[in-house]
Amino acid sequence: MNIQHLNSAAVPFEKVTAKTFPKGPESLASGHRACQGCGEVLALRLLLKALGRDFMAVSATGCMEVCTTPYPQSAWEMPWLHVAFENAAAVAAGVDAGNIIRRRKGKLPDRRIPVVAIGGDGATFDIGIQALSGAMERYHENFIYICLDNEAYMNTGIQRSSATPFGASTTTSPAGKFSKGQNTWKKNMPAIAAAHNIPYVATASPAFHLDLMTKMRRAAAIPGPAYIHVYSPCPTGWRMKPELSVDSSRLAVKSRVFPLYEIIDGQYIINKKVDKPIPVADYLKPQGRFKHLTEEDIAQISERVNHEYEHLVKLSEVFDGPLF
Amino acid sequence: MSVTDSTKPVGIEVSLAMAEAVKLAKAEVIAAYPITPQTHIVEHLSDLVANGELDAEYVPVESEQSAMSACIGSSAAGARTYTATSSQGLMLMAEMVFIAPMLRLPIVMAVANRAVSGPINIWNDHSDIMIIRDCGWIQIFAENGQEATDMSIISFKIAEDPRVMMPLILNIDGFTLSHFIEPIVFPEEDKIKQYLPPYETSHKLDITKPMSLGALGPPEVYSEARKAMDDALLASKAGVIRGFEEFAEIFGRKYNLVESYRAEDAETIIVAMGSISETAMVAVDEMRAAGEKVGLVRIRLWRPFPVEEFLAAVEGAKYLAVVDRHFTPGFPEGPVATEVRALMYNNDNRPKIANFVLGLGGRDVPRNHFKHIVEQVKELGTAGSQSRYEMVGVQQ
Repeated sequence: MNIQHLNSAAVPFEKVTAKTFPKGPESLASGHRACQGCGEVLALRLLLKALGRDFMAVSATGCMEVCTTPYPQSAWEMPWLHVAFENAAAVAAGVDAGNIIRRRKGKLPDRRIPVVAIGGDGATFDIGIQALSGAMERYHENFIYICLDNEAYMNTGIQRSSATPFGASTTTSPAGKFSKGQNTWKKNMPAIAAAHNIPYVATASPAFHLDLMTKMRRAAAIPGPAYIHVYSPCPTGWRMKPELSVDSSRLAVKSRVFPLYEIIDGQYIINKKVDKPIPVADYLKPQGRFKHLTEEDIAQISERVNHEYEHLVKLSEVFDGPLF
Repeated sequence: MSVTDSTKPVGIEVSLAMAEAVKLAKAEVIAAYPITPQTHIVEHLSDLVANGELDAEYVPVESEQSAMSACIGSSAAGARTYTATSSQGLMLMAEMVFIAPMLRLPIVMAVANRAVSGPINIWNDHSDIMIIRDCGWIQIFAENGQEATDMSIISFKIAEDPRVMMPLILNIDGFTLSHFIEPIVFPEEDKIKQYLPPYETSHKLDITKPMSLGALGPPEVYSEARKAMDDALLASKAGVIRGFEEFAEIFGRKYNLVESYRAEDAETIIVAMGSISETAMVAVDEMRAAGEKVGLVRIRLWRPFPVEEFLAAVEGAKYLAVVDRHFTPGFPEGPVATEVRALMYNNDNRPKIANFVLGLGGRDVPRNHFKHIVEQVKELGTAGSQSRYEMVGVQQ
């Protein structure tokens, strides 16, 4: 019943522009304990601001949970629930089921309430991928999953995850005499989400905040599960100056390291075409986690980055209509 | 016409009867994953939802870990929430099981008790529930089909009591109870409306009254949070009694925290939990007929442990033969015996106690096992030094 011609691209929603930037109150208050320059909490605040005061949130264990809710304090101005590390998607699925039956019985107003599950890359790529896969496959109507990807287990002290990029030095993929750091290529999580045939998948970056907030609005408007993959610089874990978070987010897009795109009903749409990329080295150099890399290593990474980008462009050009 | 409309006893498999009772209780969200021997309960619930007999959201999750996670989510959203599991499933969800009472969410879960692997075994004992004994849930053991059916309704009443607000596990023995067909009298639907009104609470995720649930507990508050949970669990005993008494007033079937059978003047008392007590009662009758002063005390409420009621039930006995359906490797006694002995230790007139491990992994427990343990407890208890369980019938 959800298979044929969803036409999710036509679902109306209000874009966020400089003129229509929401002036309403924050849903994630200031005063939380995130590190200076945290790109993750910046992205999260903007995403939630796009929804205003009309959602429920479920956090996986991780930096964003720890830094916002050391009892008796809470930075959350909206209903918020944390249970454990690997299960934010399943908890959010349960919240949605509870809201749906209560709405059907007239115990809640007759409208959709977005339920936003939030996890880091470890909670999403690794330990929570089963719960996330289940929730996407079961097609919970008001389910939005946000992956705040800072490319390692930062909360426990910068251990590698399957989101850690090739060549990055972490505390469990350290660079050394016999190691270049992370020796595998980053898992393609948006493609995995898209393979569940959900109506909306997007990548977003805090350096392109209007695009990021607009994608959150679209995710909430489209009925069915949505997955938003958010580039989230971690100056602490990336061994980078805190003031470079937004810069590095911009460089990641401009170097094709982190392309911005949407997958609507299976159709890839590139939001920021990067025809003349800056050198990948410009992105890598300010980050201490890559400082051990040689010119040859960087050339290898650069080749892979460009190859993946071109593959993405081909996907968007060859399949120029929705899959379902 | 539904099976639950009948005013006469209906022959029905206990799992299905429990699902029908959950329908009568108007559960709103059921999130579950298949595992033997629990599966018939949730299969039947999904049937009832599919046929429109129960207006609920059935969430067919991809694991037990997600089952309990989704239950926590839906209960936090304010919906009446039910699940069921067994054995490996309970262990897979254990992490979430321990979190639910800290969030004070009145989830009801049936556990069709089954042995844990390995070796893999799908049959009945109590090793699954004993592994999560300290999870903080209210824990009840049902003996027969009627009790399992009634308790499936009473459980919501107790858990959702505003003075309780704690999750509840209803234990039923896998196969020996879950898969038996028994004559069941279903509680009348109109009376259930009086006994169990729709679930309403202010303790929920609510956009108009935002609340943060599941905050980090640093060292300055962790002890207090855990103590508060234990206080709530201990206080729930009054809620259990209220739930049982009100049920008796409306439906006429009276349940107690601890049940005694011919134990008043007994010299030897068998202490047991769950469906094995049905066999034990027959054995007690036969031993009584042969002149043995023996009785049975069955613990229905396992957590919070009904200390006063239990001590009163075994008062005057010379010997306690404590039955465990689980053992703790590396320790001389199983969990029930250890607890019973600990409770008696400061009593001046404490009885001699011996521990017997019966029916592991579905091993049949015939009446003569109870006769054996009644003989043995006198010998082992009198020796004074005995402090190791006997695994009855084990082939060495």
